[in-house]
Amino acid sequence: MRKTKLRKSKWLVNTVLAIICLVWFIPTLGLLISSFRPAADILQTGWWNIFPHREWMTVEDIQLPKDTDLRQPIQVNGKTFTDQQLRAGVDLDGERLIWENRRARLVNIQEKKWSVITRFTLQNYKTVLGGKSYPITMPDGSVKTERGSGMGRSFWNTVAVSVPATVIPILIASFAAYAFAWLRFPGRRTFFVVIVALLVVPLQVALIPILRDYTSLGLNGTYFGIWLAHAAFGLPLVTYFMYNSISQLPRDLFESAFMDGATNFTIFSRLILPLSVPALASISIFQFLWVWNDYLVSLIFLGSQPEVQVMSMKIANLVGSRGNDWHLLTAAAFVSMITPLAVFFALQKYFVRGLLGGSVKG
Amino acid sequence: MEMQTSKSRGTRLWLISILVPVVNIAIHWLIFLFLRDSSLPPVMNAVVAVLWGALGIYSIYYSFNWAVEQYPDRWKRRILPYVFIGPAVILLGWLLVLPTLRTLYLSFFNADSTQFVGLANFAAVFTDRLLLTALRNNLLWVVFGTIACVGLGLLIAILADRSSFEKLAKGIIFMPMAISFVAAGVIWKFIYYYQPEQQQIGLLNAIVVAFGGEPQAWISMVQPWNNLFLIAILIWMQTGFAMVILSAAIKGVPESMLEAARVDGANEVTIFFKIMIPSISGTLLSVTTTIVVFTLKIFDVVMIMTGGQYDTEVVATQFYRQLFMYQNAGYGSTLAIVLLIAVIPVILVNLRQFRREGGF
Repeated sequence: MRKTKLRKSKWLVNTVLAIICLVWFIPTLGLLISSFRPAADILQTGWWNIFPHREWMTVEDIQLPKDTDLRQPIQVNGKTFTDQQLRAGVDLDGERLIWENRRARLVNIQEKKWSVITRFTLQNYKTVLGGKSYPITMPDGSVKTERGSGMGRSFWNTVAVSVPATVIPILIASFAAYAFAWLRFPGRRTFFVVIVALLVVPLQVALIPILRDYTSLGLNGTYFGIWLAHAAFGLPLVTYFMYNSISQLPRDLFESAFMDGATNFTIFSRLILPLSVPALASISIFQFLWVWNDYLVSLIFLGSQPEVQVMSMKIANLVGSRGNDWHLLTAAAFVSMITPLAVFFALQKYFVRGLLGGSVKG
Repeated sequence: MEMQTSKSRGTRLWLISILVPVVNIAIHWLIFLFLRDSSLPPVMNAVVAVLWGALGIYSIYYSFNWAVEQYPDRWKRRILPYVFIGPAVILLGWLLVLPTLRTLYLSFFNADSTQFVGLANFAAVFTDRLLLTALRNNLLWVVFGTIACVGLGLLIAILADRSSFEKLAKGIIFMPMAISFVAAGVIWKFIYYYQPEQQQIGLLNAIVVAFGGEPQAWISMVQPWNNLFLIAILIWMQTGFAMVILSAAIKGVPESMLEAARVDGANEVTIFFKIMIPSISGTLLSVTTTIVVFTLKIFDVVMIMTGGQYDTEVVATQFYRQLFMYQNAGYGSTLAIVLLIAVIPVILVNLRQFRREGGF
């Protein structure tokens, strides 16, 4: 009896969970599908129409006499209807009568049939990535020329910002974490307490003074400036995380290396870094995703220079200026998502470990 | 003779101690200027930037370490730790600690930081209508966002633990965490999209119409509920985080304890509240604090979805607006300090826990 009850509850658990997963997955699916649909299609039909669905399809046209008076009841196939009815469409046992062209007095007889939209295109991605002009067909059939959004350039800008903004703080933090864990020096405790205190400080409190310093030093709108900013904002968490990892390495390791006359620098480069690869991977993924996805920091420190704009800024600008051009927005958003999703799926194990290790960040 | 060698060694040390920093600064300054003014194609630019960023930082440590190695042993041991923590301390001091103090200082000054105004900015934050709306909305975000993320995260963690497709389910729920709030903003803007008098291509309105309802402009018209539609995006993105951590905690509850309760005739609900919740309460608390801290600073979503219009302003967007549109560094700093004050309890808890662990 217990078994059947268990099986029943398992069935329930699976169903509820499947529904939740579906709800979670559909938003991304809608974006992905829409990004491959032609501009005209996106604005006319929902993206879910690419799945098989029942739809009214015209099976026959009826040409009414040109002089039919629309204010009088209208005769179609021996039955009478009002103009109002024909505009909305009238159901007649499985068939529907509806105007195709009211002025030409053309009526459609439609039946519900299975249908599926299979028009897909790569044009959206070409337009979004490139910087040239492209012809686009609009829903009403007209053709307009559209300037490319130059996301290709911002993609490389994002790479140029994200990779160093990950490597720099992680190397700096690892050196510091090594010193905190295995060297004894005056001020060690004080410095570390400050780092712990800084873990959750909101970065907004630092932005105004940094912006002023950067303006006077000419660092605004430069890669170097934003690397330093990202490095500083990431440092407390990364140092804390690396300290926890490095301080747990066995002591004998260092002692035998010291006996052999190794310097601290050699021990760090040859011993500590290789041994900390899993921890380094976890925290790197974290910092990388954080920088790649960041909007606020780049908006403030790169905002003045259009040629170094990163993707999040580009998309935000597109949302502001072309808010209804869903063919561009969906493709642009997906371009920005590819890298983090690839990193996430390839290195999920390390990502989860990083989350469990330390998750607060200012 | 001995005097002379020690003297020449002294000069050499001085020379090294001055030359190494100077050469480092000069080289990196030149690369910086080259990169700033270069007109390389984007890909090349990225390659140069990545190489410089990654190798440059290592070469700085390498050269400084080499300089320190030239010192006598006694000095070496004293100086080396500061070479190792130096860059971290300088960066944190210059870009985090000092700015915080300077922001606090600025918050007592007027819009262009020329006149001392005492607590007037703080008074304004709690009376000005726009700023009050921002505070109210932030409270909505923190309360609803956190409760929903933690609650749903816990529910999904428990369901996944007992389901037959745990890995897949977790991956799906977790995936939105990897993407940016900007991209998520586009995704959800499309879902909430409203076309007057036309076929609805936004999923939410299409569902509403299919059930015979009237389509709505969700994020602009239905105030103050539009805030909840924005909060839904946060929930979509952050539930995965709560789920992963709580799931690990749940798996840590010893099976024997649960089995013993089952033998005693306790039903699943009792087990959940009497055994599960108490044994994961520590994790529950830390997940909640993390999400609260995160939600306090929410910025990107609001900026993308509404830009703060339609009464959806939060503290961080108002901070940005005050700073860049109204050029009011006084209000801007004050709002940042309000955020800081809100996280002070968390800082204290972190410090206390650090002291209790007593690793130092």
